[in-house]
Amino acid sequence: MLRRALQPGLSRGVLGRGLGTHRGRSTLGKVEGSGGYRGSWVAPVSSYVTFRTRDPTHDGKTVGRLGEGDQNGKVSEIKKKIQSVLPRGAWNPLRDTSYLPPEHSDVVIVGGGVIGLSVAYWLKRLEKPQGAIRVLVVERDHTYSQASTALSVGGIRQQFSVPENIQLSLFSVEFLRNINEYLAVVDDPPLDIQFNPSGYLLLASEKGAAVMESNVKVQRQEGAKVCLMSPEQLRNKFPWINTEGVALASYGMEHEGWFDPWCLLQGLRRKVQSMGVLFCHGEVTRFVSSSSHTETTSGEEVTLRRIHEVHVKMDRSLEYQPVECALVINAAGAWSGQIAELAGVGKGPPGTLQGTQLPVELRKRYVYLWHCPQGPGLETPFVIDASGAYFRREGLGNNYLGGCSPTEEEEPDPGNLEVDHDFFQDKVWPPLAQRVPAFETLKVRSAWAGYYDYNTFDQNGVVGPHPLVVNMYFATGFSGHGLQQAPAVGRAVAEMVLDGHFRTINLSPFLFNRFYLGEKVQEHNII
Amino acid sequence: MAHPANQRKKPDCGRWESGGREWALPGKRVWPLHLVTPVWNRGTRGTRGLSRAVAPEGSQKKGRSLLQFLADRFYDVQALREYLLRKQVLKVHQKNRPFTYIRERFGPHAAGAYFILKQGGAVKFQGKEWIRSDARGHFSLDFLKFQAVPVEAVDASGCAINYQGLDSVLALKELQSLWLQRCPHVDDWCLGRLHPLANSLQELSLAGCPRISERGLASLHHLQNLRRLDISDLPAVSNPGLTRILVEEMLPSCQVLGADWAQGLPSGPEEQSRDTASPLPA
Repeated sequence: MLRRALQPGLSRGVLGRGLGTHRGRSTLGKVEGSGGYRGSWVAPVSSYVTFRTRDPTHDGKTVGRLGEGDQNGKVSEIKKKIQSVLPRGAWNPLRDTSYLPPEHSDVVIVGGGVIGLSVAYWLKRLEKPQGAIRVLVVERDHTYSQASTALSVGGIRQQFSVPENIQLSLFSVEFLRNINEYLAVVDDPPLDIQFNPSGYLLLASEKGAAVMESNVKVQRQEGAKVCLMSPEQLRNKFPWINTEGVALASYGMEHEGWFDPWCLLQGLRRKVQSMGVLFCHGEVTRFVSSSSHTETTSGEEVTLRRIHEVHVKMDRSLEYQPVECALVINAAGAWSGQIAELAGVGKGPPGTLQGTQLPVELRKRYVYLWHCPQGPGLETPFVIDASGAYFRREGLGNNYLGGCSPTEEEEPDPGNLEVDHDFFQDKVWPPLAQRVPAFETLKVRSAWAGYYDYNTFDQNGVVGPHPLVVNMYFATGFSGHGLQQAPAVGRAVAEMVLDGHFRTINLSPFLFNRFYLGEKVQEHNII
Repeated sequence: MAHPANQRKKPDCGRWESGGREWALPGKRVWPLHLVTPVWNRGTRGTRGLSRAVAPEGSQKKGRSLLQFLADRFYDVQALREYLLRKQVLKVHQKNRPFTYIRERFGPHAAGAYFILKQGGAVKFQGKEWIRSDARGHFSLDFLKFQAVPVEAVDASGCAINYQGLDSVLALKELQSLWLQRCPHVDDWCLGRLHPLANSLQELSLAGCPRISERGLASLHHLQNLRRLDISDLPAVSNPGLTRILVEEMLPSCQVLGADWAQGLPSGPEEQSRDTASPLPA
């Protein structure tokens, strides 16, 4: 009878979840004649045993009937059947759907990189009472093969021009310093993010010296430990630098350096799982939303949208799961623009708030690893040249990582992550060799490419809710400095979600509205 | 299955990672169904190098397996363990609190000396003898009478000094010798903080600190007046011989004591390998 009840559910089959499915493997099927299971009871093995199972694939009600003869073969068969029915066995009368996300979730975070996990962590940490919010993180690539976090160079600095960026970075450094207090999981080994406190050295030519001075003033006001150096002091401190063309340099003494982003990602993932956040390996393909019309104070009519369901499609399959949710957080990194389009952001006449798209797009950046036997030594900071080329030391074996951001005209095609080695020869090597003469002889060991979630408007992050799609929050668009701001941004978004306003760091200049109002928060020190 | 009222039983985790959440099915009693996240949800190895975050389960000590077993199955035991962990951390924080009253009243040198003595270390004022706390942690407060006599040397061996606690030490502007042997909480971040002492510091000893690695040693290049540096017996340094060579090149006028640079090298022409690794001009 139950089988007939199951059948309508099963015939709906692949494209949805029907009745009679369950999550988790602990639910046992029932074997008639035993009256249910209590723990690891093993059915007695005898030669005359009839099994009645609610196995939809079997026509009749009895599965096996033992007769005389061929005892050993039948006995082992019976044993296998019993074991499959017991807990942790393979047999299940109901379809196992443990790979699907739940049907309801309070918050769905699209994107499981460092920003998404940071938001999940702070949501679980700041929620009152504990355990109140159900959070689901949807990540379509669990190997993180194209994720910006895993491919990042891993630097963290406070040398920005926008005060909010400096504050975000300062808090993130404090988070990383105390990472084993924030992300401690009982019985798991402590994290070692391999932080190199070597600092950043920014070089400026004559043109940029005044801007650098004013930036350093702002940075010092916010609490960053940065000092200005003249070319002479630079030569004394770092004899391997060629100071021709350098008018001023700013050097971060503390709280700056680089670390291992993969370790941070795994640490966050582990902690967040221990706090009860659910993970799903799937791709968001659709948002089901409803709209309502209201009038603004000036009499204009606006259409507000509210997302009700997120359709999560499973990997390499047509199966999808509609997840009912209250909030969606767009932390999809370089692909946030596509997710925002799905949600209806930017569907309207251009020039209006409805028509303002999320200006985040993929940009490909190359990183090269080279070996230079006579190169700078252990004290090498993360050097950013006035031309935009940068490099840093990697390990103890005279290896260096570096690259350069291409100009707008030379932007490579972001369709794939193939590396263009000619770019190194033409655009990266000459300025670096001019700056550090030892780099005239070097050998490129390897290279990779990664994506920036590039904000074409002003290269700064977008944080906070969308004014029209009322339950979509953004945490994206950091254009290459997302990793170093991730812990602080996660906390800011969590505060926005839970309290409705920013509490610790005021990120109102980073809200979505600025794209419509045209208020650029231009960050000058972007590499 | 009846649960005793005072113990919420956690779902059976075993090999699986569980969300540890309780789902209330409509109309039913709240059973702790565990949401089994599939195996790939655990800390998988990255495409770039090994992940240091998650160690394999077999490496955990046998003696704690009972406690782990209980903590995996009972929320109360897990909460208790988390509380004990936090208490340990808070104890270290408490030891490293700043003594602002003493600083305002008697000056930064007296405050720094008081801090070190309270931790169990020893202090030497300029022109005076070493002041040490005795076995029971008591020490005389005579040094508070020294007006503006700077502290010359600090011996903080084995003390629980950490990043916050270094505030008091960094205020000693004329410190010449700092010994941080076997301090369990001094790590790379702390070394990055030592640059305000660059003018006066001549001797630094970091022997036996378990958390210092070559990355922190790279930030010692600010200390240009350093004459003696002891970096022996640092377990977290990956390549002690090579690190010593690089540190010697970074600080040319400093005598570096520590790992024998030939350690780990294959036997062969040793002079040659030294020459090829010198990037700095003479």
